[in-house]
Formats: sequence, C-alpha cells, structure tokens
Amino acid sequence: MIKLDSKIPEGPLAEKWSRYKAGLRLVNPANKKKIDIIVVGTGLAGAGAASALGELGYNVKVFCFQDSPRRAHSVAAQGGINAAKNYRNDNDSIYRLFHDMMKGGDYRAREANVYRAAEVSNDVIDHFTAMGVPFARDYGGSLDTRSFGGVQVSRTFYAKGQTGQQCLLGTYSSLNRQIAKGTVKMFPRRDMLDIVMVDGKARGVITRNLVSGELERHSAHAVVLATGGYGTVFYLSTLGLGSNASAAWSAYRKGAVFANPSFIQIHPTSIPVLNDYQCKLTLMSESLRNDGRVWVPKEKGDKRHANEIPEEGRDYYLERRYPAFGNLVPRDVASRAAKERCDAGYGVGDTGLSVYLDFKDAINKQGEKAIRDKYGNLFEMYEKITGINPYKQPMRIYPAGHYTMGGLWVDYNLMTTIPGLYAIGESNFSDHGANRLGASSLMQCSGDGYFILPNTISDYLSEDIRTGKISTDQPAFEEAEKQVADRIQKIMAVGGKETASSFHKQLGKIMWDHCGMRRDAEGLKKGMELLIQLEEEFWSNICVPGTDKELNQELEKALKVADFFEVGRLMCEDALQREESCGAHFREEHQTETGEAKRNDANFAFVAAWEYQGPAAKPKLHKEALEFKYVELKERSYK
Amino acid sequence: MNFTLKIWRQKNANAKGSFQTYPLKDVSPEMSFLEMLDYLNNQLISQGKEPVTFEHDCREGICGSCGLYINGRPHGPQRSTTTCELHMRDFKDGETIVVEPWRSKAFPVIKDLIVDRSSFERIMHAGGFVNVNVGCAPESNSSPIGKLIADKVFDAAVCIGCGACVAACKNSSAMLYAAAKIAQYAMIPQGKVEAKERVDKMVKQMDTEGFGFCSNTYACEFDCPKGISTDFIALMNREFFSSKACKQKHA
Ligand SMILES: Cc1cc2nc3c(=O)[nH]c(=O)nc-3n(C[C@H](O)[C@H](O)[C@H](O)COP(=O)(O)OP(=O)(O)OC[C@H]3O[C@@H](n4cnc5c(N)ncnc54)[C@H](O)[C@@H]3O)c2cc1C
Ligand code: SF4
Ligand code: FES
Repeated sequence: MIKLDSKIPEGPLAEKWSRYKAGLRLVNPANKKKIDIIVVGTGLAGAGAASALGELGYNVKVFCFQDSPRRAHSVAAQGGINAAKNYRNDNDSIYRLFHDMMKGGDYRAREANVYRAAEVSNDVIDHFTAMGVPFARDYGGSLDTRSFGGVQVSRTFYAKGQTGQQCLLGTYSSLNRQIAKGTVKMFPRRDMLDIVMVDGKARGVITRNLVSGELERHSAHAVVLATGGYGTVFYLSTLGLGSNASAAWSAYRKGAVFANPSFIQIHPTSIPVLNDYQCKLTLMSESLRNDGRVWVPKEKGDKRHANEIPEEGRDYYLERRYPAFGNLVPRDVASRAAKERCDAGYGVGDTGLSVYLDFKDAINKQGEKAIRDKYGNLFEMYEKITGINPYKQPMRIYPAGHYTMGGLWVDYNLMTTIPGLYAIGESNFSDHGANRLGASSLMQCSGDGYFILPNTISDYLSEDIRTGKISTDQPAFEEAEKQVADRIQKIMAVGGKETASSFHKQLGKIMWDHCGMRRDAEGLKKGMELLIQLEEEFWSNICVPGTDKELNQELEKALKVADFFEVGRLMCEDALQREESCGAHFREEHQTETGEAKRNDANFAFVAAWEYQGPAAKPKLHKEALEFKYVELKERSYK
Repeated sequence: MNFTLKIWRQKNANAKGSFQTYPLKDVSPEMSFLEMLDYLNNQLISQGKEPVTFEHDCREGICGSCGLYINGRPHGPQRSTTTCELHMRDFKDGETIVVEPWRSKAFPVIKDLIVDRSSFERIMHAGGFVNVNVGCAPESNSSPIGKLIADKVFDAAVCIGCGACVAACKNSSAMLYAAAKIAQYAMIPQGKVEAKERVDKMVKQMDTEGFGFCSNTYACEFDCPKGISTDFIALMNREFFSSKACKQKHA
C-alpha cells in the first residue's frame, strides 16, 4: 500500500530549505567512492546532476539515447531562464518569483518546492556565468534581462534565442570535465527500458544498446531519472522526435506513482502545420510576445493579405480581452484565446488554424536592427520553414503541445515512491502546478540537478556505505531483462503492415482532439475508447522490419508508441477526474461567464497521484492535499 | 514534385556499402528534406524493405544530430542551413539527389547515413570546459564583459557539433569545431586562466583522433550551418603558438 508523504519540512517558508539541508546526513569522501549512481538523461537536469555528483566523488553512470549528451532536448529551449536577481531594481525578489510561479501554476503546486526552486535560481545563474555561458549583456558589461509572459518584472536571462543551447552546452562542459576526471562514465545511444528493483529499492536499469541491439544490465545504489517531458504524446509537438514517456513509464509500472498526468502545456506560438507529412512543430519563443502583437481580422473570413488589412480591420484580441497583461498573458490563456478566435471563424491561413504575430509596430519604433539583434535567429528559422520573411509581413502562429507539468510524483527530496529512485527536471511534477511560466523550466531543471538533488540523495545514500557493489547477476536483473526481451519479441513478432509513426500520428490526433486545450467528460471518455481500439490494432498490425539485434529505428519508435497508449489513457482518466478548470487543464463544464477557467479549490486543491494496478485495471488515485499558507488563492486574472 | 534519390546504404560498420537508387513521386514542396526521407521510408517499409537509417532529433537546426552529405555538400545546397531545415522547395523538380554520410576517417559509418562522431566528444573531454565547481561561483556581475566581446563570444558558442566542417574539408580537419570552443573561452575572464593548457590538450586530441591539418581553404566556414568564422581558427593558432612558446620559456 502506497502512502504519500511529501516530507515537507516544518518552519517558515523562507527557512525550510536551509534548515532542512543543514540536517541532512552526509557521506564522507572516502565512502563516496564506494557508491554508484545511475543518471538517465543528459538535459539540464541530468547532466547537471551527474556532474555535481561526480564532483562530489560518487561513481556516476549517465545514459542518453542521442549520440552525444549535448543533444538532449534542453538544447532547443529558446527564450530564457529566470532568476530573482532583481538586477533591474524593479522590486523583484525570491518571494515574488515564488508568488508568480504559484499564481501562474493556478495554485496547484507545492509551496515549499516552488519557493526552493526560486531560492536556488540565483545560484544557477552565477554558476552558468562562471562556466562561461554567454548570456546577453548590456554595454556596461552586466547581464541583461527581458520580460516573459505572466509577470510584471524583467527577470529572464537569455542568450539571444538560444538560451537552452547555451545553458546545455555549459552543463555539457561540466559533464565533460567529470568524464575526463573519470568520476562520470557516459553511455550514449542507449534506451533505458526498465528499472531494476532489489528488495524494494531501485538498484539498476536495463538498457538497450541502440547500435548493437544488445540488452545491458547496469547496477547502482540509486537511480535518477532526468528523462524530460512526454509532450510527444500529441505526435505533433515542439519536442525532439525521440522524446518519450517510456523511462518514466517503466518506473510507473514498477510502482512509482505518476502525478497530474493531464497537466500538459500547449504553447501558444508555434509555426502552424504546413503539410500532411509533418512530424514536428517548431516553436517561436514566447519572448517574441514582448514586441510582437497578436491579431486576427475583425471580419470573419477576411481573405486580404495581412499587410493590406488596415488598423481598423484588426482585432488585437489579447490586448482587448486582457488590458493589464496584453500580449504577455500566460501561455494557457493565450493558447485558448487563439483557439477561440479560430474556432469562431476568424483564423487566418489556408486552414484557418492560425493567427498573426506582428512586428510592424516594433520595427517602426525600434528599427529593424534592434529587432534583429533580439530575435534574429528566430526570424531566420521562421523564414527557412515557411519561406516567408517576417520582417516584411506578420508571422502566422498556432498553439502546439509543449511541456508536461505532470510527471513522476516526488517528495521534497525529489524521490519517487520507489525508494532510491529519483526524478528531476521535466520528468517530475513538482514545481509548475497546472501551468508553467515561461523560462522557469531551465531554472528548475538546473536547480534540481546542480543544487538540490546532490544534497538530498546523499542523505539516502548515507545508509548504503556498507552495502558494497550491487551485483547484476542476481535474479532481479535477470527477470527485468527477460521482461524487456519478451516485450521486444512480442512487438517484433506481430509482423503487421502499419508503421509506428502511423500509429503515433493517429494516437496524437486522438489526444489533441479529446484531451487537448479544451476538454469535456464526453470527449475524454470517447478518447479513452478510441485509445483502447487503436492499441488493440497496434498489437495486431504493427510492422517492425529488420531484427532487434542491430540499429533499428523502427523498433525504437514502436517501443515508445506502445507506452504512449497507456500514457494517453491515464491523461484522459486524470482530466476526467478533475472536475474543475485550472491552468492548462480547461474543462468546458467549468468556466466563468466570460469564458475564463473556473477553479474549484474546495474540492480539487490536491495533487492527483496515480498508482499502477496492472495493464488493464483502472489505476488507483491518491490525493496529496495542497496547503497554502503563504499565497492567497485568487481567481487568476490577467485583465 | 518527383525525384530520383541515390542513397548510400551500408548494413553496419563492417559491411561494404553501396549506392541504391530510389525513384520518389508526389513529394510536396512544403516537406522538409527529412520529411521527404520519412515519406520514402514509409514506402520502403510497405514494400517489405528496410528503411534508410539517418540521425535526427530536434528537427529545428539546434541539436546537431542530423547531417547528410547532399549533392556533394554537407547539409545540402542552402547556406547557413542544417539538413533538417532544408525544404524540398529548395530543389528542382525531377532532380537526382545524391545522399551520403559524412566521409572522414575520424567519423566511421555505423549504418547507412549514420556516423560515429565520438571523436568530437573526446576533443571536448580533453579540455572543452572551465574548471569550476558547483557552489564556488562569484556573483555574476562581479566580472563585467563588454557587449562587443560578449557578442563575439556568442558567435563562437553557437556551434552545434554537427561535423559538417570536417565533412567539407579535403583534409578532414576539425579545426573549426575545436577553435569555436577554444575561442569562446579564451575571450572571457572565466576561461582565460586555463586558455593555454586547453588549446594544447584539445589540439593534441584532434591529432590523436586522426583529423587532418588546416590548409586554409575555408570550405568549413562556407558549409558550417551556424556560420562559425575561420577567424576563430586564427585566434586558436595564436593561442596555440603562444602556449608552446610559453612552455619553452619555462623549460
Ligand atoms: C522548443 C522548446 C523551447 C523551450 N524554451 C524554454 C525556455 O525558453 N525557457 C525554459 O525555462 N524552458 C523552455 N522549454 C522547456 C525546457 O527546455 C525543458 O523543460 C527542459 O529543458 C527539460 O530538461 P530535462 O533535463 O528535464 O530534459 P531533456 O533536456 O529533455 O533531456 C532528456 C534526456 O533524457 C534522455 N532520455 C529520455 N528518455 C530516455 C530513455 N528512455 N532512455 C535513455 N535516455 C533517455 C534524453 O536522451 C535526454 O538526454 C522549452 C522547451 C521546448 C521543447
Ligand atoms: S563548426 Fe559549424 S560545421 Fe563544425 S561542428 Fe560546429 S556547427 Fe557544425
Ligand atoms: S535534427 Fe537537430 S539539428 Fe537537425
């Protein structure tokens, strides 16, 4: 029987972490050498954790599915990373960052975790700067900042439109430093396919070597998952094509509870779908909304070229509906507003499924050069993909699946409900509630990896100093490997006609239509039925050419898609249970008269944590009540 | 649009590879180059054949995974563009398109169009970092860096580690890749302290991996999708020679 214990320490909010940390047990330097830690994932979270743990002297093994750790999808983050430095003297503070995240998350996150993330944010920026990350600077040589959606201060540090790349390459460099020292051993081109449990504790993983196809056993005293988000459940998303839920899902199947699976952020500004073979949507960073104005024609079905529609003919609907925040409303609000306009027939482009993001006024006021300096690479990217020059005419944008607030449930130590199994970065659920504020993920991932996990994991490992090496020759490893091998054989043996991508695309459409930006009970139930049907079809008609003992990209895809059916079902189940609208989760049945999200704090101020009960059985719902002592629950208004 | 594709097929690292020809019909000009390969693969699979294996992930020009040698050019005909950012509208209807993996001794083929770029990793292990531990960073604004230098540092830092520079070079030199990292750190106070040792170690590793020397043809800069400038190679060379000189002085 699982009992959720969040382990949130007592004491005043601002002192919780420092007091708690001071009481955590340590492992002395000589003993650290006797302890092995596995980290799966090399994004900001995983690579940060691995290098910090390596520096401390542990033996670390790190895994990623790409050919190099530098290619983790953190590399694609564009806009920026938040910190409460208050460099602008605009009255920013740790408390204000905490407050913005709580409000932005629509009061569905834990106060203590969010405060801690805000608290370590300044250390993260300092560490990146010390590692040589080239953040933007002003003429005096100090770090520059910009504003992001949902806040009224300027606290976002950035490196043009490549902030994620620069932060990840900084983190990658710290990882390389440890690899060179021999404290960290890197295993690229590996898919982690299962967690190995020995006596109720996570003690290893089973991986598939993607070049040889061989299954491998790796043991450790603790396992850290930093495997990113599962937004690819929609097929079309802003994530890398290899992003998946499978690593986290294997933990879920072994008893790690999964929290708020349906909280998934739809980003308002991505380049719309242009052709039927498209498998990826490219994000246009939120930072563009600092200078770009969002509009649609006032007349339904106005087919004139954007540049020919005069001011009077334009409806700047965000500025109209939300005068206080205008174009910088949070993502969930901006996405739903775009969908509302398009569904009402005001959308632009061939499909009518897009709106304009216009830089005309900004260019007139600041000059083209200033805009190029800020967003040059994004404008180029847009032009490459669409063939249209956004300096001359507005961009067309539409919402796309982007970020998963939901993830593995973790306690204050970032440990899942499986002892010794940790989840950090986007793969956990803890800091963003029902909606994530821009630029706070890079911050959380780096905070988790560099500054939080290394402290909490030592406390757990202090009990393992006499355990000695964990053998991979024991039954637990054999069994786990056999289960993985059986699953692979089962997929290979189907010998059907349809490709994994084709199934993935259909699955994505079911999720987008039934569990996307707007949800209702009927649609969610229908979605679950459709998923079950499609899953049955998958297991009778999937086609994987070649063998499993070689580099086989179709097999890799099929294994990931097979898990997405279950992920999708759990998302629908979770969305159905939550009879309220909050953050990115919008239920048609629960809205205000003006069409805004209507929360139900009396009945739903909890984290929904699901426990696996077997492949066909309904998962069990656990509720972690959320307590709010430092923020007042308000209607989230950006008007 | 219709195309004839000539694609390098090679079962694994030890097998002998060869070109195979595939006619492909009804390609949309809106498709990206990799979507066109997906489309081909779908047809191959439905014909019971093995799909073409190629590397990719972000599909937006930032992760550096993709990299194909297309019609004799790394990343194809468009400048400042990665393979995944290429679109079929950039090609002529009816064209024959030749697709190969990167060719370099230091990048052995793993399968079809995928090569092993771990030699790039080892160059970074040799010195592509600043020696600073978590927790000992000073306040960020305690060492200002002027905007002009910061911008130049950024220009060096945008390398995506794709390997096109090596594929473009007749000597398979990795100078541009290494120089970008060496220059990024040499220009800022955080990295300056160890600049000499860094350049020594990274250059040595390049040689060990079997990358060739630079003979100043600038093909790398021309084909680099991120426009990394060969000025950084000059900067690296300055660092390198002064580091040797520096050692001799101490000897
Ligand atoms: C286009 C885009 C733009 C963004 N912009 C911003 C921004 O401006 N600011 C911001 O704060 N956030 C932004 N985000 C969000 C942010 O980038 C991510 O949430 C964050 O980088 C996730 O980091 P991570 O370390 O948790 O995971 P990732 O960086 O996704 O890394 C996951 C790692 O896990 C590995 N992995 C996954 N599954 C397996 C498996 N089964 N076996 C082995 N290895 C596995 C992968 O190889 C990879 O190394 C953006 C996201 C996207 C998609
Ligand atoms: S220097 Fe340019 S071509 Fe070479 S690896 Fe870097 S980005 Fe690619
Ligand atoms: S797939 Fe990432 S750069 Fe091309």
